[in-house]
Amino acid sequence: MNEIVTPQSLGLSREDLPNSYIGRSVPRPNARKLVEGRATYTDDVDLPRLVHAAFYRSPHAHARIVSIDTSAALKVPGVVRVFTGADLAKVCDPWVAVLAHLKGMKSAPQYPLPLERATWQGEAVVAVVAESRAAAEDGVAALAVEFEALPAQVDMETALAPGSVVIHPELGDNLVFTRTAETGDVAGAIASAHRTVEATFHTGRHTGVTLEPRSIIADYNRADGTLTVHHSTQAPHMMQNVFATQLRLAESDVRVICKDVGGSYGIKVHVYPDEMAVACMSRIMGRPVKFIADRFEAFGSDIHARDHRIKGRLAVDAEGRFLAFDIDDLTGIGPYSVYPRTSAVEGNQVVNLCGGPYSFPNYRCTTTVVLQNKAPTCQYRAVGHPIATAVTEGLVDLAAEALGMDPVEIRRKNLIPDDAYPCTSPAGMKFEGLSHHQSLAKLLEMVPVEKIRADQVEQRKRGVYRGLGFASFIELTNPSPFMYGIGGAKISAQDGCTVRMDPDGSVVAMSGVTEQGQGTEAILAQIVAHGVGVPVSKVRIVTGDTRTVPYGGGTWACRGAGIGGEAALQSAIALKEQILEVAGAMLQAQGSSLDIVMGEIVDKATGQARMPLSELGRIVYYRGDTLPKELSRELVQTRHFITKEYPFAFTNGIQASWLEVDVETGMVKLLEHWCVEDCGRVINPLLVDEQVRGGIVQGIGGALYEHCIYNEDGQLLTTTLADYLVPMAAEMPDMHVGHVETPTKESLLGAKGAGEAGTAGAPAAIMNAINDALKPFGAKVFAQPFTPERILKALGTIA
Amino acid sequence: MTTRIDVTLTVNGERVSRSVDTRLHLVDFLRSELGLAGAHTGCEHGVCGACTVRLDGEPVRGCLVMAASLDGAVVETIEGLSDSGEILDLQEAFVARNACQCGYCTPGMLVTAADILTASPQATREEIREHISGNYCRCTGYQAIVDAVEDVLKARAAKREAA
Repeated sequence: MNEIVTPQSLGLSREDLPNSYIGRSVPRPNARKLVEGRATYTDDVDLPRLVHAAFYRSPHAHARIVSIDTSAALKVPGVVRVFTGADLAKVCDPWVAVLAHLKGMKSAPQYPLPLERATWQGEAVVAVVAESRAAAEDGVAALAVEFEALPAQVDMETALAPGSVVIHPELGDNLVFTRTAETGDVAGAIASAHRTVEATFHTGRHTGVTLEPRSIIADYNRADGTLTVHHSTQAPHMMQNVFATQLRLAESDVRVICKDVGGSYGIKVHVYPDEMAVACMSRIMGRPVKFIADRFEAFGSDIHARDHRIKGRLAVDAEGRFLAFDIDDLTGIGPYSVYPRTSAVEGNQVVNLCGGPYSFPNYRCTTTVVLQNKAPTCQYRAVGHPIATAVTEGLVDLAAEALGMDPVEIRRKNLIPDDAYPCTSPAGMKFEGLSHHQSLAKLLEMVPVEKIRADQVEQRKRGVYRGLGFASFIELTNPSPFMYGIGGAKISAQDGCTVRMDPDGSVVAMSGVTEQGQGTEAILAQIVAHGVGVPVSKVRIVTGDTRTVPYGGGTWACRGAGIGGEAALQSAIALKEQILEVAGAMLQAQGSSLDIVMGEIVDKATGQARMPLSELGRIVYYRGDTLPKELSRELVQTRHFITKEYPFAFTNGIQASWLEVDVETGMVKLLEHWCVEDCGRVINPLLVDEQVRGGIVQGIGGALYEHCIYNEDGQLLTTTLADYLVPMAAEMPDMHVGHVETPTKESLLGAKGAGEAGTAGAPAAIMNAINDALKPFGAKVFAQPFTPERILKALGTIA
Repeated sequence: MTTRIDVTLTVNGERVSRSVDTRLHLVDFLRSELGLAGAHTGCEHGVCGACTVRLDGEPVRGCLVMAASLDGAVVETIEGLSDSGEILDLQEAFVARNACQCGYCTPGMLVTAADILTASPQATREEIREHISGNYCRCTGYQAIVDAVEDVLKARAAKREAA
């Protein structure tokens, strides 16, 4: 364990260290405003002279724009202006979403609105600005846009076939990126293996469905040349850089503000052309422009994810030891790689993560990333993880079955030993410290396996088919510049925190990481309170304003606690030292003989109260004349943090799912779900548990319900919440969460990420549970979502 | 292309009169005309429940009710329910259980959950799940919400017994 003072590390009770907040379930300080409806989401912001944008979106998957007649639209009452791609291109440079370290990657230049061709159904083509959103929509309805429909490349399997439609002819073909990782002798291992199992997996194209849709207000002020953007985003500094670069403004003239964000899950960490269009229109008009996507627009233009076909093989010896994983991944990403993170990263993660929890010598995995005329895909919660986990854990269960082994036993035999760290995986991932066996043991304490197996046998006699499925997983968190920075993307992997004590002894902390409901502000308040020595109620957190908070990356890839939290801890410790130096001067004592407990300066040795912080604040700010002249008295400190030794802090865990399949209808009923995860130091158990549960439910969504379905012409058929199913309260099981703590030694705090673990493992656990339930029929499913139709097909009930 | 209709209604105990566009929905009326931003727009076709408010005592979808139809109606929003203190215990339970993450669904969820507190005071966990299954929450996994509602049902029952 790291040298951070907690009651446990000192052998004390909580009461002995009253302001020890790390590891404590403190309610979120910002929850009160949420339950009173007093939050400020982007659409709640109103500004003088505000106008509203609506977009005409392409009805075709692929079409040449022949003409745009705006005359009728301009006559609609309330309509102010109409903008085409050519209008906006005058103030905005196009972007190309490639990363230099993804060798050979290519994509085409993308504009806010397309100049010549629409390349997916739902792509914004023309913008109308009006006094109200309703009037803007009236204007859109009055536009006359003529298209020449072009053949569409929809199916990713044929994207590289000779004669296929090349979506961007200047690229030569539809291949965006391919990468193979290879270690050892896969072919030799398979040839000499006792058994080799194989299957083809599909993960359904799905999307984030943030309940608050994408939202933006851009406000260009001609008087001072500044662009202020109110934005529902996860990465305000990244967006500041993007707006400045593309609109040819100085970065310091752009300010991005994100107050409350109504869900993000990775969806709101990308550059969307329609949002860039809003910034362009404000730049041109010199007045604030608001765009709030409606649900129909969200389905067709928010990024999609996880559209993969994966062929996998696993070779094992007679004892059930894994010899080789051989994986071939194919993914279709839509017509453009999404800026600036690129759409190749999801496939790249599949290569990095397959086989991740296990010890084996031979590995080969290829990803092939291709273009298609569907909505662009990009990073969504647990990027690539649920795909890699489903393939790996699906193959593991097949191997267990082929050898007649218990699914738990085959895992126990092959999981990387807990004393093997640090080590490097066959895919090249460096693991600092994982706890697969401890986690498995903890899971088996929670899951009543024997009782469940007995129940399973009994129920089968009654024609009720239940299944238990397991899935081990690893999760990549605390990303370093190796994720994006080395590829040339201006996405900060470091984060800063400024902590300041005010005259009344209260503390304000400004952090570069952001809050979208995970509880970032709560854990930052806990960490700062802990570090300085004040009650958590005395700490105020400021996030989400690029003009006031230290430069940072925001919240993605589970970096809030691990990166932002450590910066907060270091700045809080620095502030405490500074306060104690001043206190020492005032109290004629050595700073080192003093401490701060619950907002009071105390003698470290005796605990005797010497002076409240409010008195220290009063003297420093109002009666500095009474202090020694040379005393430095900055009660404000800033620290930045970046990981140094490991490109990523990997976490791990294991899930189990218990469910029932109705073999008459193909319906799956979830009975119970368990997850043990190791996110290093747990700062707030209440929040971590809810992050894991929320993540599991998004994993369940992908496994059972959620699917962006296109027809063969590239028309999106799931454009309402009546067509696109997401998990609801009534179908969700009770979820039990357990923890193992292996703190990272990269930081004093020791925290790793927790937000994606649930999503990473749940689909695989559910798949294995369904296949366990279907065992008596010899039926299996490998294509997500596992709909009743697919289950009935596997059972041979329907063709 | 727009027609306006005069309506007078009571919102959170206050009488308001407006001339409204006939196509204006209740949730947009509350947000844009009255500045009551607590009710949120999530799907605009009656599925997600983020816009749920109380109309003449019943929870309704703010995106499916036309403002022009509300002459004489009584509307209560999360702001009104907060000011009156009617659901203070439920709000406190949501905070204690972390039954809200991003908070976007929360006002609608609370209006729906408040309904079961009076309509079905003996509700089981399954009945709570069923009752709130018209309200999407994308963050919590619902379990904390069910826990919070269950806590309040039990506390209110205990209070009734003690009385």
